[in-house]
Order: sequence, then structure tokens, then C-alpha cells
Amino acid sequence: MNNASIKPSSGLIFFYFIMSKLSLDEIKHIAKLSRLELSEKETVLYADQLSGVLEYVEQLSEIDTTGVEPTANVTGLQNIWRDDAVSDSGFKYDDLEKNAPEFKDGSFVVPGVFE
Amino acid sequence: MNELYSFTIKEASEKLASGEITSERLTEAIFERIEEIDSKVGAYITLCKEKALEMARESDLRRKNGATLSEIDGIPVAVKDLFLTKGVRTTAASNILNDFVPIYESTVTRKLWEAGAVLIGKTNLDQFAMGSSTETSAYNTATDFDSTTRNPWDLDRIPGGSSGGSAAAVAADLCVAAIGTDTGGSIRQPASLCSITGLKPTYGRVSRYGTIAMASSLDQAGPMTKTVEDAAILLNIISGYDKFDSTSSDKPIPNYCEKLKVKSLKSMRIGVSAEFFGEGLDSEVEAVVRNAISEFEKLGAKIVPVSLPMVHYALAVYYILMPAEVSSNLARYDGIRFGHSVLKSKSESQMSKAESLEDVYNLSREEGFGAETKRRIMLGSYVLSAGYYDAYYKKAQRVRTLIKAEFEKIFEEVDLLATPVSPTLPFKFGEKSADPLSMYLSDIMTVPVNPAGLPAISIPAGFVEKDDKSLPVGLQLIGPMWSEETILMAGHTFQQSTDWHKRKPEIQ
Repeated sequence: MNNASIKPSSGLIFFYFIMSKLSLDEIKHIAKLSRLELSEKETVLYADQLSGVLEYVEQLSEIDTTGVEPTANVTGLQNIWRDDAVSDSGFKYDDLEKNAPEFKDGSFVVPGVFE
Repeated sequence: MNELYSFTIKEASEKLASGEITSERLTEAIFERIEEIDSKVGAYITLCKEKALEMARESDLRRKNGATLSEIDGIPVAVKDLFLTKGVRTTAASNILNDFVPIYESTVTRKLWEAGAVLIGKTNLDQFAMGSSTETSAYNTATDFDSTTRNPWDLDRIPGGSSGGSAAAVAADLCVAAIGTDTGGSIRQPASLCSITGLKPTYGRVSRYGTIAMASSLDQAGPMTKTVEDAAILLNIISGYDKFDSTSSDKPIPNYCEKLKVKSLKSMRIGVSAEFFGEGLDSEVEAVVRNAISEFEKLGAKIVPVSLPMVHYALAVYYILMPAEVSSNLARYDGIRFGHSVLKSKSESQMSKAESLEDVYNLSREEGFGAETKRRIMLGSYVLSAGYYDAYYKKAQRVRTLIKAEFEKIFEEVDLLATPVSPTLPFKFGEKSADPLSMYLSDIMTVPVNPAGLPAISIPAGFVEKDDKSLPVGLQLIGPMWSEETILMAGHTFQQSTDWHKRKPEIQ
């Protein structure tokens, strides 16, 4: 499915998407996107609860937003740039090590990524 | 004389200045009170007694040397456990940050300590500030009941949330003042349910640097205090531009205490919108709020009926935008750089499952996050995912524009809006926690200001007698962006002619 195929002004398509109750497979897919390992019990519970919330937010389809610009920031802020220069954070390796689950020779330790 | 622990910032600072009390004595009195009743109230996750007494003694020494830093020098404050405090454990009431000790200080708390305030401890909250009752906390701080924070006015009821620990601490005199955060009502709703004053400043007034992020375009820190005057004092300290938060504003900061002296509501127009008094509002709450509005009228304000039809949609907008931002912000908890990791799990079977890097992510997050946090991350991932982004996220951002525009138009007609804060009285434990949507609906009066970035305050407006208990009701005043001065002046004037804010709960 691709983003560009859906137009917010197209009420019918919008209606179709939000009316669909989330299936267990969809919940598993969302859990994967969210990097969460859900139990079967959680999967069933969240399918029900998230469908309820999506049903509630469906009411936005009543509003005609044709030609309305989206708002991401309320103060009208534009991009703020800083110099691309190194500055001293004041943090030491020791500080990072204290909070890291596994830390060795100045690096975080994770399971191997390559075979 | 009142008990030491019951003082407001204003009262305590006067007595510190006159030499009648010391910060050390005041801090000790607060800890005696905590030792006496916090096992019932459960306001705190972490207490910092030794550090607090040391800070207090330093304050007393400064005062002796004529080097007092500010009006809050030596004042004991509580901080929501969502602000990073260097060297002091910071949990966000989650298991994933159970052992987390920050290596830097949030801007808000840095400003408090630079002004001489004393850190009593870190208060309980809904996990990652997600909730309206403090029940989603991973910490059963009320050890007598093995439960999360309880409402000092009725220990069978929730204190509100997410800043429930801060609200309960102020209401039960377990600190002189506190700091909270508000993303959809998390300062104002618990303030209302615990009968204290809580101010959510304009978005950008206070730096978010070092505040554990929930929804970055909505989050704002603010004071939770015993009086409006105290809120003004704290706002003076914590406001201002911060180079570490590029969304903080460099607009000049007025002296918020100065305008409190006006104390006149003549020529002030206060709007009352039918949309805030509709279905779902308890009649007992409505009666108290209407009574408070008529008090404003007696004080000279002109009450103007207004209509805000878009407000109805604010909660739906919020439950798309907020989870979207949550899913992005909470991606940083990966079990690798800091926080809980499955590699250090107490469960050997879990640990043995973690074979790949992706397993470390998935299993660490599964163990470390509570149910509400997971729900919101998943909701956010869904509304941002390919195919749904325009239908949900973009649509909500467009309606956000309409909500903001509607408020702007109304504020051409009126100076402030007066509304209820919570549609209901403080509810009982477990009453709403099984049904997320019914919990979300408890924010319906507070949420609309956040997508619009507006400042708003909750002030004590009265009580409803129930089950032999007095249950608090708050009134919300909403103003246009950067109108904190007007909001504080109106609230302060109200508190000069009412004494709801002076009432104290009897904790049994």
C-alpha cells in the first residue's frame, strides 16, 4: 500500500480505512513496527482496545479540511540552524558506561549483526 | 502559628527572610511529615533526605552571608520523576528506567537549584506521563495500601494524573511547591482533583531540555502550588529561552508577580462556552464551576457566552498526534545505551531468547514498558504507518489548525475562557483503568489547549460532599498565547475573595 494513493479529501477512502477493525495480524504487524514482542493475550486485548480508540477518532472524518494547512508547531517556528562544529558535551565515557547494560572499551555491546 | 510544613512559598520565604525559621528546620519538618503520612499518600518514588538537608544548610549559610539567591532560596520543592536530575535516580515511573541515574540536569530543575531551591524528592506519575490517574505507574508508592499514589482528600480515590504525585505532595503538605508537566492536562487535572493550583504555560515558555519526552509538540512543564501567587513566583524562575531547546521562546519574560497587584477584574471579559458544559459533565461538578464563574462576575468581570464547536474534536486530534509523537520519542529505549535490557533480565528464559539485535530491542521493550505505554506506541506506529499517514496523522494536523484558529478568533472577543477541568469528581481506583477510552475521556476539558499551545490554569473552586468526604472541584482559566500574566492576575484575584485554596485534607 502506498501513501500517495490516499487523498485526505477523499471521504470514501478515509471512511473505509477507519471503519476497519484491527485484526490480530494487523496488531502483530504494528507490534513489529513498534519493536514490541507481544504475548497472545496482549495481542487479543490490544486488538480490541486500539479498535475502540480508532473508532472514536473516526469522528474527524466529519470535518471538511480541504485547503487547510497542517500544523506541526504552534509558535510558527522555522528551522533553527547551528554551526556544524564539534562542541564539548562535558560527558565522559565513564558516564555512558554507568548507564549502559553492556559496555566495553568505549563501545556499547550488542549481539552480532552479521553471521 | 501554622505548622511549618503547611507554608506557601510566599509565607516560608518571608519567615526565612525575617530569620524566624531556617531552611534546615523547614526541610526537616517536611521530612517528618513525609515519614508520618507518605506511606498512605504515596506521593514520592524517590526521597533525597540527605541531599535536601545539605542543600538547606547551604541555603541557610548563603542567607547568613547576605548572598540569598532568590525568593525561593531554601524552599523545599518536589519534582515530577520525569525531569532528569543529575545523580538522582529518574524513572518516569517505568521499569525500563528503573535504575536510571541521569548524567545531566534538566533546564527546569537546573534553574530551581540555581535559585536556591531544595530538592525533597521525585514524585510519582503515570508511566512516561501517560494516564489520568497515576495508576499506570510501575511503582506502588503508597506502601500501606500497596498501590500507586492516593488522593489526600479521599484515600480510596485516585489523585488524577499524570502529575498525580506532585499534586498529592502539594495537597498533603509533603513539599512547599512542586513541578509537573502537561501534555493533555497532566498538571491541571490532578491539580483540580487534589484542590491545588496548577499552571500549564504557553508552549515554548519553559524549556523542555532534560524533560523525558512524551509528545514534543505538546509537552510543557509548569508549577503546581498552594496558591496562584506561588505559581507566579515559580514561573518567573523556570521560564525563558534555552539554547538546548530550540522550541523555547526568546519572548521577554514579564515579572509575573508584578501584575498580581492589579487585583481588579473590571473590564475583563470572561467567555463561557456551552461546549464545555455538555454531555458527560457531572451535575455536581457543573454546579461548583458555575458558582465560581458567578464569583468572577461579582468581582467585576463580564461573562460572555461564546461558542467553540471545534473543541469537540480536540480529543480525537490529540489521540492521533500524541501517540504518533510518543511512538517516535520512545524509540530511544532500545535496551542498548541505557535503561533496562533483556541482557540483564531477571528472567533467565527471557535472556536466553535474546539471540539477535532485534530480539534485544523487542524483548527489552516488552519487559520494560507497561500496558498503557505499549498501547500508545502501537497506536502511534499505526497512524504513522504507510497507507494510514494521510488519513490519520495529516488529517489530525489539519484539524489542529482549525482548533487553533477557532481559539484565536474567540480571544478577539474575550480575555479568558472559564471552564471545568475534570468532567467528574476524583474517581475510585480501578474504575476506569480497564477501559482506555473512558480514561482518555477524562481529559476532554483539558486537552483542547495543548494542540493550540495555549496557557491555562486550574484553581480550587469548591467541593462536593460524598461518602463523608469533601471532594475537590477545580476551575480552568484559558488565555491566548503568552497571556500568563492575565491568567495569574484573574486567579489571584479570585483567591483573594475565596478560601477554597486554603482548605486542607484530613489524612486518615
